Amino acid sequence: MSPQVLIDGIIAGSTIGLGAIGLTLTYSILRFANFTHGDFLAWGAYLTLTVSGFLGGLLAGLGIGDPLGPFSFGWGLPVSLLAGMALTVLLTLGLDKVLFGRLRRRGADAIIIVMASFGASMALRSLLEFIFTANPAYFTRELQIAQKIGMGMRATPDQMLTVGLTAVLVIALHVFVTRSSTGRAMRAVSENPGLAGVYGLDVQQVIRVTWIIGAALACVAGVMSGLLVQIRPYMGFDLLLPLFAAAILGGIGSIPGAMLGGLIIGLAEAVTVQVVGAEWRAGVAFVVLVLVLILRPSGLFGRRV
Amino acid sequence: MSLLRLRDFSAGYETDLPIVKHVDMDISRGEAVCILGPNGAGKSTLIKAIAGQVRCLGGSVHLADDDITNAPSHALARRGLGFVPQTENIFTQMTIRENMQIAAELLPKARRADQMQRLFDMFPDLKARPNTLAGALSGGQRQMLAAARALLTVPEVLILDEPSAGLSPKLVGQVFETLRQIRAAGVTLVLVEQNVRAALDLTERAVVLVDGRLAHDGPTDVLRDGKLLGELFLGSRHAEVVA
Repeated sequence: MSPQVLIDGIIAGSTIGLGAIGLTLTYSILRFANFTHGDFLAWGAYLTLTVSGFLGGLLAGLGIGDPLGPFSFGWGLPVSLLAGMALTVLLTLGLDKVLFGRLRRRGADAIIIVMASFGASMALRSLLEFIFTANPAYFTRELQIAQKIGMGMRATPDQMLTVGLTAVLVIALHVFVTRSSTGRAMRAVSENPGLAGVYGLDVQQVIRVTWIIGAALACVAGVMSGLLVQIRPYMGFDLLLPLFAAAILGGIGSIPGAMLGGLIIGLAEAVTVQVVGAEWRAGVAFVVLVLVLILRPSGLFGRRV
Repeated sequence: MSLLRLRDFSAGYETDLPIVKHVDMDISRGEAVCILGPNGAGKSTLIKAIAGQVRCLGGSVHLADDDITNAPSHALARRGLGFVPQTENIFTQMTIRENMQIAAELLPKARRADQMQRLFDMFPDLKARPNTLAGALSGGQRQMLAAARALLTVPEVLILDEPSAGLSPKLVGQVFETLRQIRAAGVTLVLVEQNVRAALDLTERAVVLVDGRLAHDGPTDVLRDGKLLGELFLGSRHAEVVA
């Protein structure tokens, strides 16, 4: 087996892990499996692409549209990503206001909210296809040559950047959740929302913060996936099973667990592609999910947030 | 003027099925009141409804001049109503210090450190190991932490739901010693308690609920011999209000 599987797995796992963190936060604080999370990734990518399209011409006119250093994109993408994150957050908060929030206030069972998220997921996906068509889109068409990174492995600068960005985001989020007062509030609501209110915490505010973090990370994961592969309306739906497998493998509510789960799923996919065949790639997340549910349902770090 | 005022107060989990029915009650600042009654009388429902945990179905509740009927529990905590639930009253997956820090967020920044220090001084058992996970504490220590957390915000009124439930006799003694300390500090106290003797010793006024209705309201002294209480609990004497 080529050592290349290691870096391939880490690259794929970065996107999966980042997406799984949003999923695990939503699950532990809002207490439902959010099927729309994959579509937040896709919407994040498309919204960023749209802003990038507007900005591209503007920046080229200013003479700063060329690719940045060894990367395949210019300043337009990072700036568009920030706008894309903000727009994805608005989309998510809007969906919570018109759908999930209403159901929560009515005291709907978790299964009702899950089914609502399943329906919203289909609607969001169809809307993407309607607006942007099913044809794949790209942030950049620059060609990148994979460079040697040691131990017989190769990676493009864009791939290395996504791994580095993921590491920074995960560490920052972990510090935020464990050290800040907002993070403490999130952990408190995750453990016992009723008691959190008694302690004086505004649970609705914590829920909004959770949506904001989850949506922003989903957008970053979607853009990373779009940058390294391509952007399609179904990209989020295709990632949904690996995202759930990573979140459950890591232990629902655990941020480091979701990231580690993502890396394990990514590595398992890379090994499967090399050893068994690319057509089995999608199946491996399902196998891991079933094994975890049978052998260790609480996951690797089975605690809330 | 009373600090906590209930008028024609009804509460319950289902709209057409009130558990607490038409209760009128006034609690003055600095007063300690225990709420007694047989199982299923609606004692816990009453205080949970005051604390925003159960829906008020009719009537009103005021804290000083503010109408707090059906206010969300976080708003009540900010307004100065401290509530300690019977179970699950601390965050077990967080440390003692983190539990205190969350509560301290309600205070102005400048007061947080001093107030936490004051409460840690009041509860040396907690001060000795602030970084211990709250889930690792004994039953009595958990109740101590729950009370400390509630007191941290300097509530105008502190409401406790059966603080000694499920504890060994030794730990019950520990909890009531803590409550005596709180009482001595002049905090207005409302207490639901199954341990009648200890509750009567701690408080100066008792309210007895039977079948969700107020059956007695008066000084604890008249209940000490157990005769009146027995009659009220067994149902041979109803709706007597002792002035």
